[in-house]
Amino acid sequence: MRVFVPISVGGWTRLFSRWDFLAILLILGLLIFLGEASRNLFEPLAELQRQPPSLDPHNLPEYAARTTLRMLIAMALSLLFTFTYATLAAKSRSAERVLVPLLDILQSVPILGFISVTVVFFMSLAPGRVLGAEFASIFAIFTSQAWNMAFSFYQSLRTVPAELEEATRNFRLSAWMRFWRLDVPFAVPQLIWNMMMSMSGSWFFVVASEAISVGNTTVTLPGIGSYIALAIEHRDLAAVSWAIGTMLVVILIYDQVLFRPLVAWADRFRFEQEPGVPPPRSWVFDVLRRSRIVERLTERLTALWRSSLRWRSSRKGSSGAPVKRAGRALAMPFTAVVLVFTLAALWQVAQFVVTGISLSDVGVTMLLGFATLARVVVLIAIASVIWVPIGVWVGTRPRVALLVQPVAQFLAAFPANLLFPIVVSGIVAWRLNPNIWLSPLMILGTQWYILFNVIAGASAIPAELRAVAVNLRVRGWLWWRRIALPAVLPYYVTGAITASGGSWNASIVAEVASWGNEHLQAEGLGAYIAEQTDAGDFHRIVLGIAVMSLFVVVINRVFWRPLYHYAERKFRLG
Amino acid sequence: MSAALLDVHALRQSFPRADGGEHLVLDGVELSLAQGQVVGLLGRTGSGKSTLLRLIAGLAQPSGGTVTYLGERVTGPAPGIAMVFQSFALFPWLTVLENVQLGLEALGLPDAEIRKRALAAIDLIGLDGYESAFPRELSGGMRQRVGFARALVVHPNILLMDEPFSALDVLTAETLRTDFLELWGEGKLPIKGVILVTHNIEEAVLMCDRILLFSTNPGRIISEIAVDLKQPRNRLDPRFRELVEKIYVAMTARTPTPIGISDRLAVATINTVLPRVSANLLAGLVETVAAAPYNGRADLPVLADELHLEIDELFPVADASQLLRLAETEGGDIKLTDTGKQFAEMGTDDRKRLFQRQLVSYVPLAAHIRHVLQERANHTAPKSRFFDELEDHMSTEDAELTLRAVIGWGRYAEVFAYDDDSGTFSLENPT
Repeated sequence: MRVFVPISVGGWTRLFSRWDFLAILLILGLLIFLGEASRNLFEPLAELQRQPPSLDPHNLPEYAARTTLRMLIAMALSLLFTFTYATLAAKSRSAERVLVPLLDILQSVPILGFISVTVVFFMSLAPGRVLGAEFASIFAIFTSQAWNMAFSFYQSLRTVPAELEEATRNFRLSAWMRFWRLDVPFAVPQLIWNMMMSMSGSWFFVVASEAISVGNTTVTLPGIGSYIALAIEHRDLAAVSWAIGTMLVVILIYDQVLFRPLVAWADRFRFEQEPGVPPPRSWVFDVLRRSRIVERLTERLTALWRSSLRWRSSRKGSSGAPVKRAGRALAMPFTAVVLVFTLAALWQVAQFVVTGISLSDVGVTMLLGFATLARVVVLIAIASVIWVPIGVWVGTRPRVALLVQPVAQFLAAFPANLLFPIVVSGIVAWRLNPNIWLSPLMILGTQWYILFNVIAGASAIPAELRAVAVNLRVRGWLWWRRIALPAVLPYYVTGAITASGGSWNASIVAEVASWGNEHLQAEGLGAYIAEQTDAGDFHRIVLGIAVMSLFVVVINRVFWRPLYHYAERKFRLG
Repeated sequence: MSAALLDVHALRQSFPRADGGEHLVLDGVELSLAQGQVVGLLGRTGSGKSTLLRLIAGLAQPSGGTVTYLGERVTGPAPGIAMVFQSFALFPWLTVLENVQLGLEALGLPDAEIRKRALAAIDLIGLDGYESAFPRELSGGMRQRVGFARALVVHPNILLMDEPFSALDVLTAETLRTDFLELWGEGKLPIKGVILVTHNIEEAVLMCDRILLFSTNPGRIISEIAVDLKQPRNRLDPRFRELVEKIYVAMTARTPTPIGISDRLAVATINTVLPRVSANLLAGLVETVAAAPYNGRADLPVLADELHLEIDELFPVADASQLLRLAETEGGDIKLTDTGKQFAEMGTDDRKRLFQRQLVSYVPLAAHIRHVLQERANHTAPKSRFFDELEDHMSTEDAELTLRAVIGWGRYAEVFAYDDDSGTFSLENPT
C-alpha cells in the first residue's frame, strides 16, 4: 500500500500562502478563546472530586472497556467530521482555500498540551457532571484522531480518476449516490490505514484526558488512563505492568476484531492492484462472511442503504453540474462567515498579545523550542542510523520482512507513553540526567514509522535492479550509496515526517515525568507547556502551544515538504 | 432521413492562457446526428475531438455555441446520452452486474426491473456467466464489454464512444467492433445514433456512415466524408481502400487547409509546437522509407500498416521529418528529400553532424536556445527562461512538450546539454 504522508505536500509552490496565515490566525484565535472561556469556569468545577479508581487489577477489564468505548465513540465522530469537512473542502473551491490550510495547521498543533483547557471547557458546557467529563474526554480523543483522517479523505477525493468521475456524471448519479458509490469506496483503503494510525495515536490522549489536574481542579474518569495515573502516583510498578498487559490485550482484540477485518474487506476497494502482493486475510472477516445470520443481516442493511441512494436520486431529479453550482451558491455566505471569524480571531489574538504576553516570555519559549528541536533532530538522526540499515536488511529478505513487518506495525500502534513509568522509575533509581535520558521517550513510539516505511521501500526494489547489482558485483558501501539508500529515500522521508511530527507532540508528556513524588524535568518547550498546564496559566499554555506549532509548521514547510518532493521526483521507482 | 437527434452549432471551447490570452481548443464546430447514423470524429491528438464528445455529453460547458439534443439545449448530463470510455471507467469495487446496474439505480427504478434489464444487457453483450466477477478478473476486451453493457442498459438514444477500442490489442478490438456492428445492424441495440471518436482511420471507415476530419490547434472540422459502403464492410474491398487513401490524402493535403502534416510546420517559428519524437524513431522512419520496397517514397497507409503505427503515432514522426527537411509529405505519401537520402546512408557521427545542421537551420527554437547560451558569460540558462517565453504563445502542456522535444533533439545533435535536476541548459556536455 502506498504510504500516507501526514502533512500537506501538494498544491502550493510557495512556502506559505496567505491562506496559511489566515489558518494560523483562526486557530490561534480559537485557542485563546477556549482558554479565556474556561479560565472563568474553573471555580464551580473545583467540587468535582470524584472517587479515585482503585488499583485492584480486577477492575481493569471494566476500565479497559470504558476506555475503548470512549475511543470508538471518538472514532465515529471523527468519521462524521471526515465525511463532512473533507467533502466540503474537496467540492467547494472557496471552502477549500480556507479549510485545507486550517487542517494542515491543526495537524501541527500539539493539542496534547491543550487537553486540560478543552476538558474544563467542555465540562462546563454539559449539564450532568459525569456526562460532561465523559464528553470532554471523548472530545480530547477526537482531536487526536480527526485531522489526519480528514486530510487523507480530502486527498483521496482530489485524486478520484477523471473517467470514473465522468462516468458518474454521465449516468447522472445524484451527489448522495456518487458519494457512496465513488468517493467513499475510492478513499476507503487509505482511510482505514489512517484510522489505525489515529487509534494508536489517541492512546496518548486517553492517558492524558482521563486524569486531569489543572491548577487545583482534578477530574478523574474510570479507565485505563486514570488507572495508570494512580499507579504512578503510588509508585506501584506491578499495577503499571497490569495496565500494560491489559492494553496489549485490548490492542490485540481491536486489531483482530475491528481493523484486520476492515483491511481485508477494504481490499476490494483498492484501485490499483499490485501484482504479487497476497491479499490481506482476516479470520474474523472470513467467519463473518461465511455466517448465514450475518449474511441475512447485512443483506437487509445493504438493501436499506441502496434504497436510500435511490430515494434521494428520484427526488432530486437531474443533477446538472452539482459541484459547480453548490460551489457558487456557497461562496457568498462562506466568505462572510470566514470574514466574521477572522475578525473575531484577530480581536482575540490582539487582546491576548496586549494583556498577557511579555517579550521575554516569547524569547524564553523560543529558546526552549530550540532545545526541543535539538532533541527531535538528534533523536531522528539516531533512529535513522539504527533503523535504516536494519530496515533495508529486512526488506531485501522477503521471508524476514513477512515476519518483521507486522511486528513493526504493532509496535507503532502500541502507545509508548504506557512504558514511560518504567523508564522513569529507572531514571530515578539510577539518578540519571533527565535532560538526556528523558529524551528517548519522545521517539519511543514514533521510531517504528521509520522502520516499517524503510522495510516497505526496500521490499519494493525491483528484483531486476537487485539482479543487476549482483551481476555487476556492486557491493559494500557502493551498493548502499547507489542502490539501497536512493531506493528507500522516498519511503524513509515519509516515515521520518511521521516520526518527527509525533515526537514534537510526545515531548509534552516526555519532557516531564513523575514517579510518585519524584518529578523529573528536562529543559524544553514540551516541559514548559506541561508546567504551565499544572500551574493553570492559560496565557503561557497558549504561548507555548503557538510557538510549538510554529516550529512544526515551519519545519514541515521549509524542510520536509521540499525534501519529500525531491525524493519523490528523483528516486521514486516505477 | 428522419429528424436530427443532435445538433451542434458554432461550438467553441477555449481555456485561458498564462499571458492573459486564450488557448483555443475547438472552433466553429457544426455537426448533426440523424437517427440510425454512426458519425465518426477523426483527428490527431490535440484536435479537440474528445473535448467535443464531453461537451455533447454535458460533462463540460462550451465557451460558445450550442449543443441541442431532441430540441433542447444541453446544459448538463442529459438523460438518453450514454458514454463508453477509452479506459473503460469501471468501478473496481463493483461486480460486473453492479457496474451494469449503476445507471439504472441512478434512475431510481424498482429492484426487479433493474435486475431484469441489467441481465438482459449482460446477455446481449455476451457477458453471461461473468455477472459476479470483479473488473480486475477480466481481460481488457471483457472489461470494455461491461462498459458497453453499462451504457446500453439505460436505453440511451445516443451512444458516445471515446476511442473505445484503442486500449485493446488488435484482435480483441476487431472482435468487439464486429460484434458491435452486428448487433447494431440487426437493430438489437436500444440506441438511435452513435458518435465515435477515433484516431484510427480504418476503424472510422469500417464503422461510420459519416466521418468528420478535424484539424489540430485549434480543432476545426475541415472535411466530411460519407461512407456509403454496405455493412458488413470488407477491409480489402478496393472501395474501402480508396476511402482510406482519400482520408490520408485529405489529412496530408497542403492546400487549402492542412490538417495532418502542415505547412505551418514547414515554416516553423520559435513558437511552433514541436512534435515529441525521438531522434531514433526519426532515423528509423527515414531508413525504412529509403530502403526497398519504398526506395525513397512511401504510401502512408501502407507504411502505417507495415510499421503497425496509428496516425497518432505515424503523423508526428512524419511531421518531424518534414520539419527537419529530411522528408516531405503530399497526397498521402511521404517522400525523402536529398538530405534525407544522405542521412539514411550515413554512419552515427555524420548523422549527428547533419542532424545538427538541420536542427539549427530549420528549428528556430533550437537555434534560439543555442544563441542565448552563447551570449551568456557562463553559457548556461534556466529552463524557465524558455518555458515562460513559450507559455505566452501556447498552453502549458504544449510548452512542456515542445521543450522536451527540442531537448531530445538538441541532446542527440549535441547542440546543447540539459541537466534535468537543476533544470538548466548549458553548452558544455558533462565530462
